[in-house]
Amino acid sequence: MIQMLSYPFMQHAVIAGTLIAVMSGTLGWFMVLRRQIFAGHTLSTMSFPGATAALVVGIPLAMGYYVACICAAIAIGWRAPTRHLTGPLSSARIGTIQVVGFATGFTLLGYSTHILGGLDQLLFGTFLGIDRTQLIILIAMTCVVVVIIACIGRPLVFASLDPELAEAVGLPVRALDIGFLILLGVVVAATAQITGALLVFALLVTPPAIAQRLTARPAQGMIVSAGIGVALIWLSLICAYFSVYPLGFFTTSIGFAVYVIVVVVQRSASGLRAVHV
Amino acid sequence: MAGESHHTGSPSALVRVSHGTVVRGTSTIWSDLNLEVFPGEFTAILGPNGSGKSTLLQVLLGRMPLAGGSAEVIGAAPGARRADIGYLPQHRAITAAERIRAIDIVGLGLTGARWGFRIPGTGTAEARRERAQIHEALDLVGASHYAQRAFGELSGGEQQRILIAQAIVRKPAFLLLDEPLDSLDLPTQASVVALIREVCTHQQIGVLLVAHDVNPLLTALDQVLYIANGHALQGAVDQVITSSQLSALFGMPIEVLTAADGRRVVIGTPDAPHHHGHRHSDGHGHG
Ligand SMILES: Nc1ncnc2c1ncn2[C@@H]1O[C@H](COP(=O)(O)OP(=O)(O)O)[C@@H](O)[C@H]1O
Ligand SMILES: [Mg+2]
Repeated sequence: MIQMLSYPFMQHAVIAGTLIAVMSGTLGWFMVLRRQIFAGHTLSTMSFPGATAALVVGIPLAMGYYVACICAAIAIGWRAPTRHLTGPLSSARIGTIQVVGFATGFTLLGYSTHILGGLDQLLFGTFLGIDRTQLIILIAMTCVVVVIIACIGRPLVFASLDPELAEAVGLPVRALDIGFLILLGVVVAATAQITGALLVFALLVTPPAIAQRLTARPAQGMIVSAGIGVALIWLSLICAYFSVYPLGFFTTSIGFAVYVIVVVVQRSASGLRAVHV
Repeated sequence: MAGESHHTGSPSALVRVSHGTVVRGTSTIWSDLNLEVFPGEFTAILGPNGSGKSTLLQVLLGRMPLAGGSAEVIGAAPGARRADIGYLPQHRAITAAERIRAIDIVGLGLTGARWGFRIPGTGTAEARRERAQIHEALDLVGASHYAQRAFGELSGGEQQRILIAQAIVRKPAFLLLDEPLDSLDLPTQASVVALIREVCTHQQIGVLLVAHDVNPLLTALDQVLYIANGHALQGAVDQVITSSQLSALFGMPIEVLTAADGRRVVIGTPDAPHHHGHRHSDGHGHG
């Protein structure tokens, strides 16, 4: 196990995985609180059209990821000043954006023959091929995300829970809405390059879902969520290192197992309480 | 009248609207509206749906301009003293708060609009003062024993108490409540009204409460403002809530009955159907 860390590629994978888990655990907590899970899922699928477009146009893959995710974030988050983000109309809009994203991705796929190799990378990422530059970008990004969340955390919780009242006390609810989605888009784009499009969403949704079952305190919830994400990634890296199965398989199945265990334990605990009362 | 003694001590009204007119798009919502609210006074804003009750609150919050007349809130232009106003909006999307502790919801009323963060270990005195203030608000609404539970686990009445605690946690001079009795059953409505009355009197807060049914409120109120058909009528309960006044305002026959114990029952206003008001006024004569 110690020997596992003697390889530079594994060191990079562990550091990158930790940073990614911290960012997606924290932003995912807000995503779940804000009930923007569908929006988060749509953002994670945007790496597909982003990557194919980048390959066709001939720009770096990473740039394609960022442009696609940020455009989608703005398309999802834009609203008239008096409207709020939830409601049936908004999920119809998000669905449309997702469909357009897929259609664009598949259309562009036909235009380029050398994409197929990239498709593998697109879905499963390059977890074991992270270079120093990527690592430095991730470290900087994590610092920025943590500082931003520390600064806007309280108003963002307020605006997420009660947009009406937050607006009435003078908070820029609209800017917070769209700013959060753009931040989420940037983090999703950075994460998708490494974990692949499939795993991004799992990292965004599973740790906060578990954390929200464990604690009802906002600050604690964010920290627990990030912590669960980190533990999940470490465990998956260890499992993947010693087996033939891919990382994503372990991340999703361990995450799901933990969630089920937490639910079952809580159910039976409250059942016991009910019996005692 | 609870507010009466106060008028002589401090002549300044918390709210003063004179000849107010509001226009939305091309239609005039109401005109020539006059309203005065003093500290410790409990005023209900009544009227059918769409008559412009919420619009009046928006005007007082400074989020909607008057097209005519003037308005003054806590001695300043509407919106200028927003930090001194507690506000409870209508129809809130607070369901997102399912997995947040009730006490944190109250805390947002105090610090929710604050940017930045405290470096751990600094400002502990201020943090302690804020915590005390939050607990004081929870005590006041009688919600301390369920404050640690998740908001989503609470009953409708408990949630409404938490939201009232959130609205009063800043110790506002003035409280605006938009249909806080909506979707509560009748006994809960009665206890929430009693709570608001108590907060109003003991904290000397001026309260404006929007409702579309006057009956659950009648015994607690100091005065009412009826809005209907673009006109408004303000006064003490026994002056305004009479058959002739209400019939003239609504342009239709409205009956006000006086029960054996002296309570009034309004019958026939839109949104307060006959049987509903009648039956419950009999059933809940004890208060
Ligand atoms: N944003 C808006 N733009 C234009 N008209 C509006 C708007 N909101 C409400 N109205 C109109 O203003 C009137 C008063 O609305 P409101 O104050 O919400 O009524 P109430 O609270 O008494 O039910 C209604 O006729 C409504 O159609
Ligand atoms: Mg209204």
